[in-house]
Amino acid sequence: MKHLLNLSVNGEPVEVAVPLHHTLLEVLREDLRLTGTKHGCELGECGTCTVLVDGEPVLSCLALPIELEGTEITTVEGLTKDGRAHPLQIAFAETGAAQCGYCTPGILLAAKALLGRNPRPTRLEIQEALAGNLCRCTGYIQILQAVERAAAADPADYTKPISV
Amino acid sequence: MMRLPPFRYFAPKTAREAAKMLADHAADEAMAVAGGTDLYPNMKRRQFTPKVLIGLHRLEESRGIEEDDDGVTIRGMTTLTQVENDEILQAHYPAIAKAARLVSAPILRNMGTIGGNLCIDTRCNYYNQNYEWRKSINFCMKKDGEICWVAPSSPRCWAVSSSDTAPVLMVLDAECTLVGPRRVRRVPVKSLYHLDGIDFLKKERDEILTEIHVPKSNGMRATYLKLRRRDSIDFPILGVAAAIETAKDGTVEKARIVLTAVESAPVQAEKAEALLVGKKLTEEWIDEAAAVAYRPAKPLDNTDLTHAYRKKMARVFVARALRELSRG
Repeated sequence: MKHLLNLSVNGEPVEVAVPLHHTLLEVLREDLRLTGTKHGCELGECGTCTVLVDGEPVLSCLALPIELEGTEITTVEGLTKDGRAHPLQIAFAETGAAQCGYCTPGILLAAKALLGRNPRPTRLEIQEALAGNLCRCTGYIQILQAVERAAAADPADYTKPISV
Repeated sequence: MMRLPPFRYFAPKTAREAAKMLADHAADEAMAVAGGTDLYPNMKRRQFTPKVLIGLHRLEESRGIEEDDDGVTIRGMTTLTQVENDEILQAHYPAIAKAARLVSAPILRNMGTIGGNLCIDTRCNYYNQNYEWRKSINFCMKKDGEICWVAPSSPRCWAVSSSDTAPVLMVLDAECTLVGPRRVRRVPVKSLYHLDGIDFLKKERDEILTEIHVPKSNGMRATYLKLRRRDSIDFPILGVAAAIETAKDGTVEKARIVLTAVESAPVQAEKAEALLVGKKLTEEWIDEAAAVAYRPAKPLDNTDLTHAYRKKMARVFVARALRELSRG
């Protein structure tokens, strides 16, 4: 049986009819077609499905949408502003912090939450904030460097248009 | 994709209402869900298939940490992130904040609650697998099968108690409030557990753990050490909580040592506790107490790393914990 849920995703109100036992990850990807959020282990171990709920990172594979009515959900699609990339996205591209890219959306969002509460984190603080986001390609160094690079940039600096 | 099995969902406003719903829907194998970080993975693997879920996230006054005349009260739905960052706990009960910080990774701690961590399902290499994997070994006695694969002649299940916060709350003599459909009771955290991997909680199925009460620390110092392969995410494969209260001259007046992840319940090392009373925490007594304390640890070959190593490390970790406390 489907239920009508009222969610707010990336600043826009969304009305969606879904079975209650579908997780936020399934609803985002399958009903809202926001496939930037990736599914990995689906058991809360890998962090690739990370989204922000009221600015804090949560695992969408373990979140029920009905419990998120009244909150603001941000996915990686919501990072861009007026078609321009977020400083974290620019830093990741310029640092080569993505190889296969599968962990990148979750890491971008976890890093955004970190920089939101701590604009100048130390290397250790970045490592701790990203401890639950597994990457099997790059070995993390460029990821940490990219977050440091973004932290050094002006947070309001949406300068580069996205080229697809 | 691993999906949750279908269920009906209710979100009551009070714990009493939630308990009544659990009782009313017992035939539907109703379960309560707090943060969901333990239950949902288990449901995806079909270890639990409740037809009704009682969500606790709308319970009023179910979150937060407050100091009162008797000590501190931590409400059950307080997230592990809140516990880790709480100023009262950091100042007076740093071991609780530390244990919360050592659970999994930060994103999971934003969701997981301290009440949920106390009630966390026991774990085993033969159990924490998906349905097809478990089916391929004809299941185990904890779910759908007949025997315990780690101890095939054993009449009981040996899945491992895996809460990081329980041992610390136990050494601090904490209690918890359980709200049932008809009664409310307060029990010591240490009497919440049973030495059985299946029936590991003495909490009734229709009781909700609403509050944890930690008595005034009165100079009691505590710590928690955790062993795991990946320090950023794994469950404990050994945990040691210790607390001591000393006289001015350093003589131990009260000692508490609890081991976790080496049995189906947290294990109190009572002989080592008794041994330490009246002694000073010198290197000799620390080694003596560690040699006694690690004996009740019964790790079996059903978690990460070898059980012989975990048993040896229990002794090492007790000594490390006591040494830390001896430094004041």
